[in-house]
Amino acid sequence: MKKENANRVLKISILRFDPNNPKDFPHMQTFEVLEAEGMTLFIALNDIREHQDNSLMFDFVCRAGICGSCSMLVNGRPTLACRTLTSKLERHITLAPLPLFQLIGDLSINTGKWMRGLNGRLETWIHDKEAEFSFDKLEQKMEPELANEIYELDRCIECGCCVAGCGTIQMRPNFVGAVGLNKIARYHLDPRDKREDKDYYELVGDEEGVFGCMTLLGCEDVCPKNLPLQSKIAYLRRMMIKTSMKD
Amino acid sequence: MKREKIDKIPARLDLIQSSTGLILALFIMGHILFEASILISHEMMYKVTIMFEGYYFFGETYPGIVSFLAAAVFSIFILHAGIAMRKFPASYKQYRTIKDHALSMKHEDSSLWIIQVVTGFVMFFTGSVHLYIMMTQASNIGPYASSSRVVEELMGPLYLVLLVSVVLHAFIGLYRLALKWGFMEGKSTKVSRKRFKYLMKIMIVFYLALGTLSLAKYTYIGLSHDFSDGLRYQSPDIKMETH
Ligand code: HEM
Ligand code: SF4
Ligand code: SF4
Ligand code: FES
Repeated sequence: MKKENANRVLKISILRFDPNNPKDFPHMQTFEVLEAEGMTLFIALNDIREHQDNSLMFDFVCRAGICGSCSMLVNGRPTLACRTLTSKLERHITLAPLPLFQLIGDLSINTGKWMRGLNGRLETWIHDKEAEFSFDKLEQKMEPELANEIYELDRCIECGCCVAGCGTIQMRPNFVGAVGLNKIARYHLDPRDKREDKDYYELVGDEEGVFGCMTLLGCEDVCPKNLPLQSKIAYLRRMMIKTSMKD
Repeated sequence: MKREKIDKIPARLDLIQSSTGLILALFIMGHILFEASILISHEMMYKVTIMFEGYYFFGETYPGIVSFLAAAVFSIFILHAGIAMRKFPASYKQYRTIKDHALSMKHEDSSLWIIQVVTGFVMFFTGSVHLYIMMTQASNIGPYASSSRVVEELMGPLYLVLLVSVVLHAFIGLYRLALKWGFMEGKSTKVSRKRFKYLMKIMIVFYLALGTLSLAKYTYIGLSHDFSDGLRYQSPDIKMETH
């Protein structure tokens, strides 16, 4: 890090609100933190909680961009706090919880509940009526290229950034969002999932699914795992059109 | 698993929305170019006009062809507007939500979409007026007749608004169309998207400049020409008995 940046005093404004406290109301609170070398927002927030205000609520688990629990709005953009270096930001930083998800308090939100709902709705698991659950049976082989392709989409950590970054879903909360469409694309690739194109069409072939997406590409631009969302949504759209043309 | 027939309508609507948008955008690209023939000369614009009236095929002009073309474009226009309207924010609250979202995220592509919605809305009115007049007044097109319409009949301001709306709407639309369907996506969407966006901006600037210059020329003719001999333009080379 450059020398002149090393001793900045960061001004971090946080949107605070505890929905469980009837006396509380949403308000901004600003903290000053002495920037350290290699500091991430994760470190800065812990610094605040440790030295200034132990009531501050926020989530972290892995602090390495793997668990997806630290997503928040940083200067208005959804991203992972643990992977955001303060040196990349201006001195004055604004933090707010992701919209749309249930607020637990301050920066802490319940993405899990939303994602469980989504996974239930889209049935994001392998469907195979014939498959017996036998631990002795060998698993089917898969081409490494295909396995890689599936893995690429499986990297989604359900952080919810794409949901918070999508203008469509802000207007129409029933829209499945990029995270849902990505999951459908993932299971569609998987030969172990025996669902037919028509079954997928029933899941996302409407305006709450792929035809609701207006290609604003907020999802693509904010996904911290750089998932190929634009490309996969376009692929699903073409596939759904093809399905609708059959018989 | 349920085994009912799937509902194909959402797929159809999306496809029709995109294909009518594509047809209209291609049409507009040609239209503004032909319109700009006035920048070359009166004679050139006249030739383009009678070309569309079938002169080079039949040896005579039939403005009815233009009426028919205008009616066809109008139909596609209405179909497109009707279907794309589904995507309009359905309430003030939704409008605020998407606007605040695009601004607070400083997200260009979301802002581009809002421009499309607003310009689409403006074209409901400006586009309809223009298309209706072209349908009903198809025989009154030409270097002088059109200039008179711009100046004497005060269509100039409406054309300017329509020009800005249609150019923004069409090229943002084409850009989004390419990304939406994965057209020429290439290996990296980051690269292809950047190129499409660059192309979009160039086309917007080019077509806005061309359209504004043409409109300025029609206005100039409209202001300086003496219309006491009527609106008809006499070509020095092409003699027309009936017109
Ligand atoms: C009253 C007139 C019009 C209205 C209300 C209108 C409205 C809209 C709206 C709201 C969209 C966005 C749809 C979405 O996000 O999915 C759209 C898309 C589009 N429009 Fe229009 N429009 C009109 C006229 C035109 C004209 C004259 C052109 C061409 C010059 C055009 C070309 C396009 C294109 C290429 C798209 C992208 C299509 C897509 O996303 O599937 N529109 N229009
Ligand atoms: S697609 Fe990307 S942004 Fe969306 S939940 Fe998955 S990892 Fe997060
Ligand atoms: S492309 Fe736009 S509308 Fe579609 S999921 Fe992504 S952010 Fe939402
Ligand atoms: S703490 Fe796990 S992704 Fe940030």
